[in-house]
Amino acid sequence: MTRYSIFSLARNALAHRPNWARAWRSPDPRPAYDVVIVGGGGHGLATAYYLAKEHGVSNIAVLEKGWLGGGNTGRNTTVIRSNYLWDESAHLYEKALQLYEGLSQELNFNIMLSQRGVLNLVHNEHDLKEMSRRVRAIRLNGIDSEMLDRQAVKAEIPVINISPQVRYPILGASIQRRGGVARHDAVAWGFARAADARGVDIVQNCEVTGIDVANGRVRGLQTSRGAIAAKQVGLVAAGHSSVLAAMAGLRLPIDSHPLQALVSEPIKPVLDTVVMSNTVHVYLSQSDKGELVIGAGIDGYNSYAQRGSFQIIESQMGALLELFPSFSRLRMLRQWGGIVDVCPDASPIVGKTPVEGLYLNCGWGTGGFKATPGSGWAFAHTIAQDRPHALNAPFTLERFGTGALIDEHGAAAVAH
Amino acid sequence: MLLISCPWCGQRDESEFTCGGEAHIQRPPDPDALSDPEWADYLFMRTNPKGRHRERWCHTHGCGRWFNVERHTLTHDIISVYRMGEGPADDGDGDPS
Repeated sequence: MTRYSIFSLARNALAHRPNWARAWRSPDPRPAYDVVIVGGGGHGLATAYYLAKEHGVSNIAVLEKGWLGGGNTGRNTTVIRSNYLWDESAHLYEKALQLYEGLSQELNFNIMLSQRGVLNLVHNEHDLKEMSRRVRAIRLNGIDSEMLDRQAVKAEIPVINISPQVRYPILGASIQRRGGVARHDAVAWGFARAADARGVDIVQNCEVTGIDVANGRVRGLQTSRGAIAAKQVGLVAAGHSSVLAAMAGLRLPIDSHPLQALVSEPIKPVLDTVVMSNTVHVYLSQSDKGELVIGAGIDGYNSYAQRGSFQIIESQMGALLELFPSFSRLRMLRQWGGIVDVCPDASPIVGKTPVEGLYLNCGWGTGGFKATPGSGWAFAHTIAQDRPHALNAPFTLERFGTGALIDEHGAAAVAH
Repeated sequence: MLLISCPWCGQRDESEFTCGGEAHIQRPPDPDALSDPEWADYLFMRTNPKGRHRERWCHTHGCGRWFNVERHTLTHDIISVYRMGEGPADDGDGDPS
């Protein structure tokens, strides 16, 4: 692997013909592996990377039915934060944020992490009390979080409308200054390149069509590129998790929904932070190219179509203009959808399954990108040790039977 | 955007409706007799298919009544609409339910 540095950049910039090596190989799948990860998004690639690096597993494949990071990894709005109310969530997302903070150096790949701060706006008295409580709970977990009053919000975001003469006036906000954005493609590519360098086979255009189970133990996979035997299999397929789990005879508490996002035409720098509002329900940031990146809630029906209905983005635009009337003449450049795997308690499932050797990492719903390295790190531990790490131990499939739910609906800093 | 035929009001825009999720989930007749995993299956587990899906919809901003829709989750095609308590029209797939 060519190490990226100022010297390799200069060498290739000055060369008559640049000689960049491919960032990762494109091998044919071998007939058998120790561990096969199904799903070549950020979470799957991170799992493979940490399995190889932290646990010394060398014989790993990542199978991806499309192209790397072409699912939700490349379709989210790139927001990273760890300001969760419940301890279980706070610890897991904070681990992810800490890994993100060192990830460009660790992977030798610039993920363009920009810790520009994430604001969660408050629009009524109830929000204000609830947000104050949440900020204190988050601080008790050692995570940075503070309250801003109305004028301080205006100072952070001069373009925002804080007039009291609107339907949902802004009364204040919480802010996590370590939160921000990162380039989502780079996260997938960085993990892919680093995993490949440690010998992981990344196989694209390889769709899993069946899971072989015998005597309660996983034996391997049927794929569009032939049968592959495996001692351990990790399913990290986001919106398609229910489809894959059904191949092993498992039912999941998951519904797959479209989540839409859109970007505006590029404009000069106007917003240097991330703004989220639960009450009017929109969140946005400005990309380095100058586009406003805008997201909101899911479509209400089940879908695998990676597109949604128009009235969802229409209401999203209404919410945007409530906060920023000056954006009213901006044109929207493009719009897309991803399929998110929503759990009843809006928390993920990361752990073992009733099938020996089969592990599940899914249910991240609308907020998986921010968890990518932490999810991979904890899931790699779960597969290598055949038991969950303390960080993901509460996030079992069994919690739906025991009742130990981690109810982030409403408790999370954004509606789902 | 979906165009949905309410059995009472006729064809209306999707924005008038609310999707209530998977249809035909029977409440267990004797909940006390169930184990925790069986109760969890009733309460939380869903088929979530990639393909034909039978689901409940409510005409929230219309007549306010619930009904069933059979819809394809990849194409979004609406295959049939039928009232509560009824089964879908025979779709010729050999599956009587």
